[in-house]
Amino acid sequence: MRRLREFLLRAAGIFRKQRREHDFAAEIDSHLQFHIDDNLRAGMTPAEARRQAILTLGGIEKTAQAYREQGTVPFFETLMQDLRFAARQLRKNLGFTATSVLMLALGICASVAIFAFVDAALIKPLPYPNPTRLVNVTESVAMFPRANLSYYDYLDWKKMNKVFSSIEVYTGRGYMLTTGTGSELVAGSRVSDGFFKTLGITPILGRDFYTGEDQPSAAKAVIISYAAWQHRYGGRKDVIGQKVLLSGVPNTIIGVLPESFQFAPRNNAEFWAALNEQSSCEKRRSCHNFNGIARLKDGVSVQTALADMTSIAQQLERQYPDSNRGQGASVDLLSEVIVGDVRPILLTLLGGAALLLLIAFVNVASLLLVRSESRRREIAVRGALGASPTRLIRQFITEGVLLVAIASMLGISTAFGAMQLLMGLLSKDMLVRMPYLNGLSLNFRVLFFAACVALLAATVFSLTPILRLSKSKLREDLNEGSRGAGGTLWRKLGSNLVIVELAVAMILLVGAGLLGKSFYRLLHVDNGFQPDHLATFQVVAPDGNYGKDEQSLALQRRIISDLSRQPGVQSVALTSMLPVSGNGNTYWIRIVGRPYDGKHNEVNQREVSANYFSTLKATLIRGRYFNDDEDPSKPKVGIINQAFARKYFNGQDPIGQRLGDTSLTPKSILEIVGVVSDVREGTLDADTWPTLYDPINQNSDTFLNVVARTSQDEASSIPALTAAVHRIDPELATLGESTVMKSIQDSPAAYMHRSSATLIGGFAALALLLSVVGLYGVIAYSVSQRTREIGVRMALGAQRRTVYGLILREAGWLTGWGIFIGILCSIGAAMLMRNLLFGTAAWDVATLSTVAATLAISALLASFIPAHRAATVNPVDALRAE
Amino acid sequence: MGDKADVWQGTLALMVLKTIEALGPLHGYGIARRIEQTSGNLLELNYGTLYPALLKLEQEGAIASEWGVSENNRKAKFYTLTRSGRRQLAREARNWEQTTAILARFLAPTDGPA
Repeated sequence: MRRLREFLLRAAGIFRKQRREHDFAAEIDSHLQFHIDDNLRAGMTPAEARRQAILTLGGIEKTAQAYREQGTVPFFETLMQDLRFAARQLRKNLGFTATSVLMLALGICASVAIFAFVDAALIKPLPYPNPTRLVNVTESVAMFPRANLSYYDYLDWKKMNKVFSSIEVYTGRGYMLTTGTGSELVAGSRVSDGFFKTLGITPILGRDFYTGEDQPSAAKAVIISYAAWQHRYGGRKDVIGQKVLLSGVPNTIIGVLPESFQFAPRNNAEFWAALNEQSSCEKRRSCHNFNGIARLKDGVSVQTALADMTSIAQQLERQYPDSNRGQGASVDLLSEVIVGDVRPILLTLLGGAALLLLIAFVNVASLLLVRSESRRREIAVRGALGASPTRLIRQFITEGVLLVAIASMLGISTAFGAMQLLMGLLSKDMLVRMPYLNGLSLNFRVLFFAACVALLAATVFSLTPILRLSKSKLREDLNEGSRGAGGTLWRKLGSNLVIVELAVAMILLVGAGLLGKSFYRLLHVDNGFQPDHLATFQVVAPDGNYGKDEQSLALQRRIISDLSRQPGVQSVALTSMLPVSGNGNTYWIRIVGRPYDGKHNEVNQREVSANYFSTLKATLIRGRYFNDDEDPSKPKVGIINQAFARKYFNGQDPIGQRLGDTSLTPKSILEIVGVVSDVREGTLDADTWPTLYDPINQNSDTFLNVVARTSQDEASSIPALTAAVHRIDPELATLGESTVMKSIQDSPAAYMHRSSATLIGGFAALALLLSVVGLYGVIAYSVSQRTREIGVRMALGAQRRTVYGLILREAGWLTGWGIFIGILCSIGAAMLMRNLLFGTAAWDVATLSTVAATLAISALLASFIPAHRAATVNPVDALRAE
Repeated sequence: MGDKADVWQGTLALMVLKTIEALGPLHGYGIARRIEQTSGNLLELNYGTLYPALLKLEQEGAIASEWGVSENNRKAKFYTLTRSGRRQLAREARNWEQTTAILARFLAPTDGPA
């Protein structure tokens, strides 16, 4: 306590020096007077009295020094001196200071902001207790490493596995919610009873499902999300026990989930119902409708779990060959499933930010080298006046730390802004899919990262001038105008740093070029149809009025005929799944008249209306389209895509061939009547799978996707179209209004490519700027150092052209090396991120040569300015220089 | 010089506190003189070392200082004992007595025959 008080007062003493000094001088003065008085009284002469008094005191200066040291903390005292001196130095060289601080801050800002995203997505654990024990468990098939899980397989897995403490399933489900103003489709989910227990989530209100509550016999119970509780029930406590009509079925609300609850695969679900009733599909073992999550038992690794599940899957395969042939198992960490997609992109961005930071470091380091060069004499003089090397080093460290501190503060505060900016760029849909990004903040991990970067910067920038110091010889440095070891050091190190910069800039530029080209390729990939002028939305009809085949068939026809009459609408078609929305929704086929080995021939299955392909403007390769009168009363027909024809009818004519389900059930047999171009069903970056199209009139459904080709702007015609749907029956719900172009532009694949291309592009532009500024600095400095030499050369008859050549050769040499090394490194870097590239090779010659040319031209322009200065120098002035 | 002892490390603070306690508010010179006198002029005290010690005691809160006027009308800085200083003095005096008592017991037997 006493020590602390003393220390604090001493620390505070740093700031009250003047007054204390003054006070002490008065005290010593009074002390001496007392003593002199006494001495005089003892009979000394005045001179002797004073001498003795000072002698007994032990010297005035010595006392004052001891008093001063007790008055403050000497270490801090020196630090303050150094800081003041450093601040003065930085102020004096405002150009240098501003440039270095800005460059450093830029690098720090970019790397910290990107790291915050990396932290939120990849480092921050999922918001469940013991998240590393949570795994995603599904079946796997040849085409889908993570396919869905069948309910009966799940039941067997649950019974037979020895590796999970619990395993649960969930599936997405949309509910028609009857509200005061009509009906609304809301996102929901159906889960097995232990779903929340396995995640480790407890409702904040009410209770969790009890064991067995997911059985068909149990009363229907639903847990609602916090958001639903707030905006649908006003956050009232009496919501527990209330009944809610979900798609016409009464459910009892038994619990409310915590506000912080998130489950990325189904994050927007408002109603979490227990499984209860199974759909007709779910009652079959071959119906893959669920996803599994499980908690590993203690000490069980993911690999062990996978081995166990695989052996169970093989056992089921033998037991139920019809449904389970080829059905393996997949077990992955839940976090892997949730953030696996964004990892390569985030790591690429982090790499880009790191490279930008590296350029900033190199630039500032070379500026510091130049500056220490020009401070050579100052250092020598201070050394000669008795400053010890440690004292000088301490001064450099203080200057470096001060510079870095200013830059870091600027960098971190702008990083905060940059994070908000980047978050703003994310669409709402993206945020629903990536709830972990809501945890984005300048938390301690991000600040620790920032501190590490700052520490690294401080170390580098303190060491740079020290490097110079250790090389120098005091006597030579004192010598005015001498070219000491420093010049050599600069030549050896400083100028070569610019090669590093140019190479790094090249990497970033090539990366940006390749990503940009991939993005372009992605958006212009052949979709097999004309995606412009296509408006889309979904219609959901209540099962009660439209559940029967003839009812929904009539509705389908009505929608097509009514909507086609709308002004500006060319044609309207229906489909069970929109194009470019994703592969999946598959069917196992077997071709009639061919030997069958029991293997699952998995193909996409889509139900489409007769005019679907003509509306999309797909190309008919062979045969015909469906006829509108092909309803359940007519023989079953199908249309296949080219991928289907290639895979299953290689060289044969598919028209007239018949196929059916795996056991060739008579009512499943259909005849192929046409082959169409590969309409892109999957995402932009996925190959198109073999796809079978059936007439929607033969497979009626109450959930329809409407595709309308319009002659004017497609987005603006949607309100009229949905209004027309509501005129048919106000109970019909419409949702998901969009356009095909928009869904292509906003698709996750396009989004990921766009964001990485834009950000890396931004980094690359900054890198180009910084490295060119760096090159300019190097050449300009070299010219200033060689002014005298140039003067001599010109005096001896060198032409301006020769001088230009001299300078530009130096710049060309550096640039050439930079580009050469850059090309090698870029190809390496591009290989690392080749998974992010689409339709573009890592060694894409066009990109490499464009970038090399851009860099070369920029470098030439940057070095032309100092070269021009050198060439136009007056030889007489130049000879007088220094 | 050889016949005078230097002030032992750490004891100066105790002497200062005791002196102020005994004589009441006192200036630096007075304290120095008093310490010398009390030691029977056996202590060699550099008066200058007193001032950092006084500053330290003040920073620790054991003493407080105030400018005042001496009896012969000279301006001087007077030091007074604070309450925490009084406690510190009592504690350190006790410690010191204990230490010397223990040391005395150690040294007594060899001193005996003399």
